[in-house]
Amino acid sequence: MEFGLWQVWEAGWVTAILRGASITILVGLVSMAAGLVIGIVCGLIKWARIFPLSLLVDAYTSLVRGMPELLIIYLLFFSSVEFVTKVVTAFGYAGVAESGYAFVIAVIAIGAISGAYSTEVVRGALGAIPNGHIEAARALGLPGGRIFRRIIAPQMLRIAVPGINNVWQTTIKDTALVSVVGLQELMRISFIGANSTRHPFIFYLIAAVVYLLITLVSQAGFDGIERLLRLRTRKAV
Amino acid sequence: MIDLIQLAIPVLLKGLWVTAALTFVSVLIGFNLGLGLALMRLSPNRLLSGFAKYYSNVFRGTPLLVQIFLFYYGLGQLPLIKDNAALWWVISDGARCAVLALALNTAAYTSEILRGGLMSVPVGLVEAAQACGMSRMLRFRRIEFPLAIRQALPAYGNELILVVKGTSLASTITVLEITGYAKRLMSQTFAIFEIFAIAGVLYLVINLLLIAIIRVVERFLMRHEAPAN
Repeated sequence: MEFGLWQVWEAGWVTAILRGASITILVGLVSMAAGLVIGIVCGLIKWARIFPLSLLVDAYTSLVRGMPELLIIYLLFFSSVEFVTKVVTAFGYAGVAESGYAFVIAVIAIGAISGAYSTEVVRGALGAIPNGHIEAARALGLPGGRIFRRIIAPQMLRIAVPGINNVWQTTIKDTALVSVVGLQELMRISFIGANSTRHPFIFYLIAAVVYLLITLVSQAGFDGIERLLRLRTRKAV
Repeated sequence: MIDLIQLAIPVLLKGLWVTAALTFVSVLIGFNLGLGLALMRLSPNRLLSGFAKYYSNVFRGTPLLVQIFLFYYGLGQLPLIKDNAALWWVISDGARCAVLALALNTAAYTSEILRGGLMSVPVGLVEAAQACGMSRMLRFRRIEFPLAIRQALPAYGNELILVVKGTSLASTITVLEITGYAKRLMSQTFAIFEIFAIAGVLYLVINLLLIAIIRVVERFLMRHEAPAN
């Protein structure tokens, strides 16, 4: 009846958990990248108040941020599952598509959520850039594209790093929710392990520790990036 | 279509009360725990501040879903919990267990928010209160806490909304709240989008209501800065 870390190791769960953890990180990274692209585009639209589009972006960010992530995942999963299975079986890939499909849904859902939060971070960072810098660049006659590349983007990135860090931490934790649609990431593997061995405590504890490790390591990474990007200001003597 | 909506709305409204109850009880417990943790974190005692720091890092560094599963499925396995009637009472029921996890989780975030607020209280004001001979308790009640909560309120409003969204995870441990009913209705009626829209509106209403309440409290706390008329 004793079931401990050794039994988890012996039954080969460690490789399964590591595989799950790598899928969790993969979903997190891909969704975060998608979210950042959404965030930069939508953040610019919101910041520049480009009229009809900014209303759409407002609706997107306030709706997504006001609704539970789980509900959004259910919507995307249930509304597409029938359609996709039909298409995929028609082409004769029923088995192959199963796992890839859950991954795509996961990335779309988590990416859309992460994008809404990134939009707010980018908009805040853009707002923090002194207006004078942009006016000065205009006065120098720089074209719009170069103003963005040389003046706006570098400052925005530096200011946005702490906010992006927060969004990343939330995103990696949100990936646990896609286990409900059957993607075999860390949480799903732990769930399967807990059910098949009937020892949920140790499996969820391991999952918690792995998530904690992921967030701690990425926190350290972001601290490093922040140090790297910090302006080398002269110290007061 | 109309039939469907007539069927779905009362069911989801039933879920609304469960969501509201889960939020209310978790916030009630979580705020007090969070306040205690913030005070521990700021205390000169290394043991207390260390505990509070690790507590908040662990709970903020792991997904809420893992915490809920660990409490609901995991803790029931431990003989220590199984043999203790009071603990078993909490763990054995999905709703109580969700409240436990949500309260402990929000306490971690709340402690960080309140710590920020407490740290923003100017030292001079605390010293002035000490010079007036106020006791520690009185000082905290009259000077530090009111100033800290004023500073922390906007961030705490965001945390409240996160708790509302967090209650949706209770549906994974058999609690039927808005998301739980919505999921069930989605798989029964296949009217995915309509159900989603109704459930989404209910969450938005709760969140807007919370934002409005926070605004009112904020205006009350900041009434000294209101324009004179």
